[in-house]
Amino acid sequence: MSERIRERFAALAAEGRAGLVTYLCAGDPDPETSLGLIKGLPGAGVDLIEIGMPFSDPMADGPAIQAGNLRAISAGMTLNGVLELVRRFRSEDQTTPVVLMGYYNPVHRMGKERFIAAAVEAGVDGLIMVDLPPEEDEEFCLPAKEAGLDFIRLATPTTDDRRLPVVLQNASGFIYYVSITGITGSAAPVADLVGQAVRRIKSATTLPVAVGFGIRTPEQAAAIARNADAAVVGSALVDLVAANLDQDGKAKPGLVEAVHGLVRELAAGVRGARA
Amino acid sequence: MSQRNSLRTMPDENGHYGIFGGRFVAETLMPLILDLERAYEEVKKDEGFWKELDGWFKDYVGRPSPLYFAERLTEHFGGAKIYFKREELNHTGSHKINNTVAQVLLAKRMGKTRIIAETGAGQHGVATATVASRLDLPCIVYMGAKDIERQQPNVFRMRLLGAEVRPVTSGSHTLKDAMNEALRDWVTNVHDTFYVIGSVAGPHPYPAMVRDFQSVIGREAKLQILEKEGRLPDVLVAAVGGGSNAMGLFHPFLDDEVRLIAVEAAGDGIETGRHAAAMAAGTPGVLHGSRSYLLQDEDGQVIEPHSISAGLDYPGVGPEHSWLKDQGRLEIAPITDAETLEAFQLCGRLEGILPALECAHALAHVAKIAPGMDRDQIILLNLSGRGDKDIFAVAEHLGVKL
Repeated sequence: MSERIRERFAALAAEGRAGLVTYLCAGDPDPETSLGLIKGLPGAGVDLIEIGMPFSDPMADGPAIQAGNLRAISAGMTLNGVLELVRRFRSEDQTTPVVLMGYYNPVHRMGKERFIAAAVEAGVDGLIMVDLPPEEDEEFCLPAKEAGLDFIRLATPTTDDRRLPVVLQNASGFIYYVSITGITGSAAPVADLVGQAVRRIKSATTLPVAVGFGIRTPEQAAAIARNADAAVVGSALVDLVAANLDQDGKAKPGLVEAVHGLVRELAAGVRGARA
Repeated sequence: MSQRNSLRTMPDENGHYGIFGGRFVAETLMPLILDLERAYEEVKKDEGFWKELDGWFKDYVGRPSPLYFAERLTEHFGGAKIYFKREELNHTGSHKINNTVAQVLLAKRMGKTRIIAETGAGQHGVATATVASRLDLPCIVYMGAKDIERQQPNVFRMRLLGAEVRPVTSGSHTLKDAMNEALRDWVTNVHDTFYVIGSVAGPHPYPAMVRDFQSVIGREAKLQILEKEGRLPDVLVAAVGGGSNAMGLFHPFLDDEVRLIAVEAAGDGIETGRHAAAMAAGTPGVLHGSRSYLLQDEDGQVIEPHSISAGLDYPGVGPEHSWLKDQGRLEIAPITDAETLEAFQLCGRLEGILPALECAHALAHVAKIAPGMDRDQIILLNLSGRGDKDIFAVAEHLGVKL
């Protein structure tokens, strides 16, 4: 299990606040800009960094993150490139946890053993694999955990009491509660329902619970942060990347600052939530 | 007689066919897929369900479909006797309705009130819209924008049947993207929606369930050829995109001494890279809920396939096909767009039948092997759909303005 993830959530608990998790797609809109974006996240108030591994067919993602994935692929990002990006980030920051999020096929293509070894070496702390449910644990989850990577499991509104123990069984690091039935960046979650769901999950596990999908504004992040251990924001940031591209799809000056600006506001929202 | 293990017992309890198959889906969908599996296991044992389905097959679909001796093609090639399993004579013009009747009946039993489907050529979309209309359920069909363009007649048919056709403009605007979009809809509308998958693809239990519903093709064909010829055929030939018509024909014959040939779309030719031949040129990968042969690049990104036939324009193939290929049970034959167009026209001229471009691929392969076979040998081809929907695409390729 990753020390960095455990220590970060312990520190947040000691501070008495929730954390901010942000998602950006590696290589979006190009590898260098992407590295600049990710390097600046801790300084802008991010507690845990989620980095998307681009895939041509991101089935659980909405239009914003689909577009981000395709931009990254067109700009030449590969799975090796994602690991190199983490390596470069990690050479300057040894404390901020990094989790990779994505779909199984690129990892499968590289070879799971090779990927796991490279991820550990690069300084990855955990993995969120959208299309690997507990039923396929022997395939990848168990070998990844054995190598010391956390396997962060998604729980959803369809995870009923019968299903929850199955989801929790091999989970580690934290639980990612998907606040809506739907794809990323669609409907906004209802804070009260999310609160109930988080309490239900926490009664069954000691792992921290982060909540994501549909959280776009500092106010929404704050509302989630009152009940959860962390709030996850993705599509709103990826939309902001898209809004700062020129006609040729190249990064305009100020893109990185704009994204970090929104991150600062989100961080302030999360930090003020329980004040 | 030597004993060998049956090839007809797959998948295992987790939906695996050797290394293929499985349930590679988002957690939101898992409880639904498990519900569906339970519901399917129940109806599998329920004689009432199969009796009801038989009634639909007989009076609504028009089964059994005939087994037809293609005499003039047989003479033309001068070798093996060629039989067509006439699935194109089914209601809605293809084999797809066998599966949609069964799945929509299952949806009703499960209390689902909304039907979604993906479609490539539009045949599965039409077949789903048809049954949804008859059983009074709202139906939404996802279809790639590029496919909408080249399959206008089917788009209009679906609309006449009361379905909503939603154009998909993500990715390559074809079947794989329509399937992504249908999965996104399903994740969003889990409580009331039943996803009618049209091929032997997707997460378990779909590949097994669709196979079982389509196996009526092979069961009938077996009885019919025994009646006409007093023996089994030497070769079965069927086109494979996702693989439902091929699996429906092949499965009842898996343990028999019959060659099984899966014809894949070679597009402009395998060597050009512009094709949809997942088994001939792909590698194992994970897409749309299962592991199977897949067209992908070095980095695991899915390659956009190409075929003149919208129904074969898919980068993957069913997991059971993938497994049977690795077992050496399935022969794989790639056929190009050009060879297909020739077979399409030949069939019209000699037999008075315009086949769908999908099964025109299979016929083009028959044209290659029949002449070299003996006159007392038998080839049975699955004529899985009618070609009316394709006349606009064919005209364009032949440079004819309609």
